[in-house]
Order: sequence, then structure tokens, then C-alpha cells
Amino acid sequence: MATLKLEIATPEARIYSEEVDMVTLPGLEGEMGIFPMHIPLMTQITHGEIIVRKGGQDHFLAVGEGFVEITGQRVAILTDMAIRAADIDEVRAEEARKKAEARIAQRLGDEETAVAQAALMHSLTQLNLKRRHHR
Amino acid sequence: MPSTRDIRRRIKSVKNTAQITKAMQMVASAKMRKAQQAALAGRPYAALMNEVLAAATAGAGEFQHPLTEKREVKNRALIIISTDKGLCGALNTNLLREAAKAHLPSTVYVVAGRKAAQWVARLKRKLVAEFSYKDIPEFAEARAISKFAQELFLSGQVDGVDVVFTNYINTLTQKAEVRTLLPLGRLQKIDPDIRGNGGTEEIQPGAAQEYSFEPPAPQLLSNLLPHYLNYQVYQMLLEAKASEHSARMVAMKSATDNAKQLIKDLTLEYNKLRQANITKELLEITSAAMAMGN
Repeated sequence: MATLKLEIATPEARIYSEEVDMVTLPGLEGEMGIFPMHIPLMTQITHGEIIVRKGGQDHFLAVGEGFVEITGQRVAILTDMAIRAADIDEVRAEEARKKAEARIAQRLGDEETAVAQAALMHSLTQLNLKRRHHR
Repeated sequence: MPSTRDIRRRIKSVKNTAQITKAMQMVASAKMRKAQQAALAGRPYAALMNEVLAAATAGAGEFQHPLTEKREVKNRALIIISTDKGLCGALNTNLLREAAKAHLPSTVYVVAGRKAAQWVARLKRKLVAEFSYKDIPEFAEARAISKFAQELFLSGQVDGVDVVFTNYINTLTQKAEVRTLLPLGRLQKIDPDIRGNGGTEEIQPGAAQEYSFEPPAPQLLSNLLPHYLNYQVYQMLLEAKASEHSARMVAMKSATDNAKQLIKDLTLEYNKLRQANITKELLEITSAAMAMGN
């Protein structure tokens, strides 16, 4: 069976680079499932989770906003955050969420608020993913 | 001829200097490791982004984004990314020489780092903005610089924006380089190959594929292009920081080595002088004794 090469890179590191069977992305207008031989597509993703199907198993990653290039053989994802479900530290994410909320509450300049907002979304995405899979 | 006391005093002072440069070397090498890691970690993202953008612009068909518009270059902005502090060898000298080469009467300057700001002020050139960045550059800092450059370009105040920064090649080699930031045209790889040239090689989009866009191309590109620029500036800041700490580490190491060599030479001279004094005294005593004996 044909496979897709999934590549996920963030400014900090290359998070993922493997052959997979299918990817589900959090597109701007809802979830998007990508199989091999997909038509070439450029798209954007938003905060949410990526589901990677590989060898009959599903793996989850929390991701931030970003851009995706899809060709028939490859899915390249550029995002500001990507973290595997197993690597999410719930305590730290919760702390980060509180800190970000506090900073937003201080009503700083536009730039600062935007940064805090992004940090808040990152931690929320991680928490959502983690909590849902615990139940 | 210096007395033994003078030489002893000099040895002491050189020793102190060596201690200080040694400490600075340690600090720089710790920072260097972090900065190098950050610069290297960002490269896969930058490379992937280049590929995606090349494919996106090639696949977008007729669409032209304002940031890619080529105008006749009447006014140009030059962004200089320098260090804040000195004591890093020839790093800033090389950087500013590169900047001086790129100077035209109509050039306006945007600087990041205090050394570049001082340089622009000293030469009484037109400074339009000064930014700073921390030891570990933050994306927000890069975004501020990039946003400012985009505004200059889009408002028509300048028709092109270039950046001078120091590209990190390895601990011993850093290279000052000029890159065109705006208008966005040819895509250039930011990371050099092992020999340190490269970096100007064009990235070819793969077999020209027709991409579908979702959201539509104009909207997607107007999100992607500014982000690309922001990231490009961010990577340059990282490279500049890695270069700075590497250069400082090497400069401080050679300062320490020099001081040690100097201490060795001075100690030798001191011992010679001391021995000469003893011999002289002995000579005096024996000649006095002989004079008395006779």
C-alpha cells in the first residue's frame, strides 16, 4: 500500500519525519483527512490535533497554527508548535495556561497580548488533547 | 633596564588579565553551545519553509502579492544585525565593512544591536529604527523588525530591503553576508554548506505542479509571506547570535593563550635578571674579600 511521508517541523526542531498511512489535520474549516495520492494542495491549519495512522495504530499530536503542503507522496507541516500526546506535560501546560491568562488580564500592548494569546492557545490545545485521551 | 620588582608587578597584572579573559571564555562557550544549538535546530524548519514557499509561489499562477512586487530601486533600507558588546574579534568589523560596501546615498538604516547603531550614528547616516534582541532571540523580536521592514516597503518609502548579518558556519568561521529580504523574489537558502559558500543557491520548486489552495491563493499567501519573512529574520538573529558567541569564545581563548605566553616570557626574564643580580652581588663580595685579604 502506498504511504505518505509526513514531515512536521517547528522552529525548535524537526518533530516528525516518517512514512505513514494517513493523516488527519485540523484545517481552518474543519478536519481534513489526507490519504496517499491526494491532489497537490496548499492549506493552513489551526490549533488542534493531528491524528497519524501508521500500521493500524493512531498517534496524536497537539499542533499550533501553521501551513501545510500536500503532494501525492508527502505532507509537509510547518507550525509554531507540535508535541506528541505522550510528551505533553499536563502540569506544565496548566501552569503555562495560567501564566498566559494572567498576562492577558494585565492588558499590555497589542504585541504582548498577541504573544500571550498564542501561548494560551498552545497550552489549551495540549490540555484538551491530554484530557480527552485520559477519559 | 627594569628592576625585578617591575617585572614582578607586570606578571601579576598579566595574570589578572588572563583570569578575566579565561572567565569570559567560559561564559561565552556556555552561551555559544546554546546559541549554536538554536541556530542549527531552526534550519530544518527554514529549509522546509523554503520548499513550501517555492512550491506555493510557483503553483499560485498569475497571482502577485504586493510583497513580491519589483519596483525600480530608488530608496533602499539596509537592516544591520550586529552585536551589543565588543570583545568578539573581527566580527563587527567584518560585518560593518560589508555594510559599508552596500551603502548608497539613498540608503536608510534599520539596526539591531548597539554596535551597528553606534556605527550609523558615527557616520551620520540616516537611521530610521533601532531594535534590540536578547541573548536567546525571541520570535516576537524578529517579528517586530520584519513587520517594520514590510511596512516601509508596502508604504512605498523604500523599494527594497536588504539585510547584513553574520552567518554562522562553524565555531571558527563566521561570514558577514548581505541578503535581499524584500521584494520577495528568488528564494535563497539560509544555511551554508560545509565550505561556507552556498547560501546563494536558488531553490528550485519541484516539477511544476498545479496546487489547489484552501483558503484561496491570495489569502493563503498573504498569511504565508509575512510569516516567511518573520521567520527569515528570526533565523538571521539566531545565526548572528551563534556567530557572536563563537567569535567571542575564540577571541577570549586566544587572549588567554597570549597572556599565558606573556607570563612565561616575563617569568623567564625575571629569573634571568634575578640570577644576574645574585652573580653581581657574589662578584662584589668576593672582590671585596680579595681586596681585604691582600
